[in-house]
Amino acid sequence: MRGLAGIAAFAVAIALMPAFVTSGYALNAMIMTLYAALLGQAWNVLGGFGGQFSFGHALFFGTGAYTMAVLQVNFGWNAWAALPAALAAGGAIGAAIGALTFRYGLRGSYFALVTLAFAEVFRILANTFQFTGAGVGLMVPLSERAADMQFATRAGYLYLILALVLVGFLVSWWLKHSRYGAWLQAVRDNEESAAALGVDVLRVKLQAIVVSGVLMAAGGAFYVQYLHYIDPHIAYGPAVSVEALLAPIIGGMGTVWGPLLGAALLHVLGETTRNLMGDAPGINLAVYGIVLVLMVSFLPRGVMGLLGTRRAARAAGDA
Amino acid sequence: MLEASGLTKTFDGLTAVEGASLHVERGTIVGLIGPNGAGKTTLFALLSGFLGPDAGRVVFLGRDVTGLPPHLICRLGMARTFQIVQPFGAQTVRENVAVGAHLRHRGRAEALAHAERIAHAVGLGAELDKLAVNLTIAGRKRLELARALATGPALLLLDEVLAGLNPQEITEVIPVLRGIAAGRDGTPGVTVLMIEHVMQAVMNLADRVYVLANGRMIAEGAPAEVTSDPAVIEAYLGHGAAERLRRAYGAAHAA
Amino acid sequence: MLDPAILLASALNGLTTGAVYALIALGLTLIYGVLHIINFAHGAALMVALYGVYFLHRGPGLDPYLSLPVMVPAMFVAGYALQRLVIGRASHGKDENVLLVTLGIAIVLENLALFLFKSDTQTIDTPYTFSTVSILGAMISVPKVVAFGGALVVAALLLLLIRRTDLGRAIRAIAKERQGARLVGIDVEHVFAMSFGIGLACLGAAACFLLPTYYVNPQVGNGFVLIAFTIVVLGGMGSFAGALAGGLLIGVVESLGGLWLGESLGQIGIFLIFIAVLLFRPQGLFGARA
Repeated sequence: MRGLAGIAAFAVAIALMPAFVTSGYALNAMIMTLYAALLGQAWNVLGGFGGQFSFGHALFFGTGAYTMAVLQVNFGWNAWAALPAALAAGGAIGAAIGALTFRYGLRGSYFALVTLAFAEVFRILANTFQFTGAGVGLMVPLSERAADMQFATRAGYLYLILALVLVGFLVSWWLKHSRYGAWLQAVRDNEESAAALGVDVLRVKLQAIVVSGVLMAAGGAFYVQYLHYIDPHIAYGPAVSVEALLAPIIGGMGTVWGPLLGAALLHVLGETTRNLMGDAPGINLAVYGIVLVLMVSFLPRGVMGLLGTRRAARAAGDA
Repeated sequence: MLEASGLTKTFDGLTAVEGASLHVERGTIVGLIGPNGAGKTTLFALLSGFLGPDAGRVVFLGRDVTGLPPHLICRLGMARTFQIVQPFGAQTVRENVAVGAHLRHRGRAEALAHAERIAHAVGLGAELDKLAVNLTIAGRKRLELARALATGPALLLLDEVLAGLNPQEITEVIPVLRGIAAGRDGTPGVTVLMIEHVMQAVMNLADRVYVLANGRMIAEGAPAEVTSDPAVIEAYLGHGAAERLRRAYGAAHAA
Repeated sequence: MLDPAILLASALNGLTTGAVYALIALGLTLIYGVLHIINFAHGAALMVALYGVYFLHRGPGLDPYLSLPVMVPAMFVAGYALQRLVIGRASHGKDENVLLVTLGIAIVLENLALFLFKSDTQTIDTPYTFSTVSILGAMISVPKVVAFGGALVVAALLLLLIRRTDLGRAIRAIAKERQGARLVGIDVEHVFAMSFGIGLACLGAAACFLLPTYYVNPQVGNGFVLIAFTIVVLGGMGSFAGALAGGLLIGVVESLGGLWLGESLGQIGIFLIFIAVLLFRPQGLFGARA
């Protein structure tokens, strides 16, 4: 239960932040960090806990974002009504992709490539059809009222993203402390062994991709509400897929705090690069790419792995 | 308890198991022996659902389980171990065994507690918090056994749990296996079907033995009977070996 | 119905593009066959090669075809170094790690290019860029015909290298039985890096053939990555003949698909083929090996 207390303390600290911090810059930084953490938490469910590396998580992000935007723009839905639909759409796409790929036993590199290919297919489709605004994209009408899930102040968005990240935290915590989580990690480490111990491998993987898809769709929905705009490249392009996998890989895959830690480190790194090199396009992602290569080479278990090793060493010293 | 009949499996035109039948009575330990490449592990895979047979039937506890996926067969009470151990390397011994325990225990705490009991029973009590990758071969073999046992099986299929152990370790594990089969501390006994190369263990433990050679069952019976069966000796030592042995013995007796 | 003359022109055009695709895919399939890794940075490396050809033309005014003796060795060295110094060290023996590292390299290359060269699309002008030749009554651009021939020649050279040289024998030995090759004294790390280098050298050649009729920008590799993967998967991972046939096939499919569905939806056809092949025939259409 200590883990839950930590999560609660974190939530309270963030929730109190607007009372002390009025700088729009700082609040925006916190919002974008939490948003990146949410994407990372989503990827972490499937990639970190489940061992299925997706290179196309934009698929779920974009589906959530477009569902949110299309329902509001084309059908005049209220944003709060559109949100559950967006989450459901993310989950449904997850179920569909999972049913296709896992049933045919795709794993490892092949799974990564297929998810990427699906994201590309969706990008081209969104680029083609009129109801998604084709190449122009969709603009959500501005209406800064909580009833429309838009806010006049940054604090409102902070609470919204905090709520979503808390859901992500609870899911991660549950994966660490439940039968389902044990099964999912067993599948990650060895599918054959898991099956021999009575684990329904296909079903466990399917459930993971659905949960991951729902969380990722929440990220897409938040994006649309915060920035009021979505287009095919933002929604289904490779940038979001990369962003989603970077945070947990840097922070620590299959851990509760890894995605948040990774997102925070990436944010600091991004800001530092910007201060040193200016706002030139590309330099930020180039640095992220270097970090990715370095992490995989030298710290495959992420920053949390580093902390964990220390803790384990200390425990061994005690014993 | 387990009744397999006429099991056949072919890979790319190569017949690995051909018309194999076996019968395991509740409460017994049955050995499955045979030369390398006889198809023993394939037969295990057919029984436990990892492979579907081309022909034949598997009946377990009165139910036809032919072609059922492995996790369902496990849920019905047949658990197996792997000859090449396959631990969840990044997890501790306790977590590894708990995966098995979760089959009958939903709650995390109960599963972990059950895992601890099982680990103690197979002699892994001191290594509960070790990562599985850091175990010795003997430790991994015990872990393999513990995980399967934690699923609460009525029948255990053990694929060479003693292979790779030194004589000292083998003598330690044999009583563990006997304890599992007999049941202790109020737990019911578990019926065992074991593939084994260590003859000392088979002789010591098994009530009955099946011999598989070239994918076919060539003998069955009490361990002592089977090992003196000419067909079995030939399967192990080559064609004509039994005859040569008998003649050699005969000559020795005559002299 | 479409005019048969247009269909023919489109199919021939597709064949010429397909030959260059095949060349790109050959590099990828060689790397896969030997190292059993999926080189995600293949498209980014092609982009680098295209910039190389572009700057050799803009600076010293080197004709793209005359850049071949520069670009092929340069890409080879880059590939050798990349495998030896970065990828080989990062793998820790896990496929996923290699995939992530090559993804990281792709991100770095692409964004460095964006940083250095901006996102503008660049083309080059050669005296023959717009010259055409009539084949079976269809007008085909001359540089595309050259690319077709050139790609096939490079592919043939590559096959000779694999079949006839000591290096080729070592490559085949490792592709088949890595541990065994190590045991008989083959320097596996060296051959890995050689294979990676040769794989990227193919891209150097492809870039020289491609640029006269194509363009370069930092994202240009993305379009090729999935096409190359599709070809490799279609042809059977690690199969050279499969990559060659698959490349030509995909070139034609893309060209004809574009005719019917329009440029962007035509691309979907390729991705759908890719997904379908991975799902239903992962051993490839030409069924090399599992």
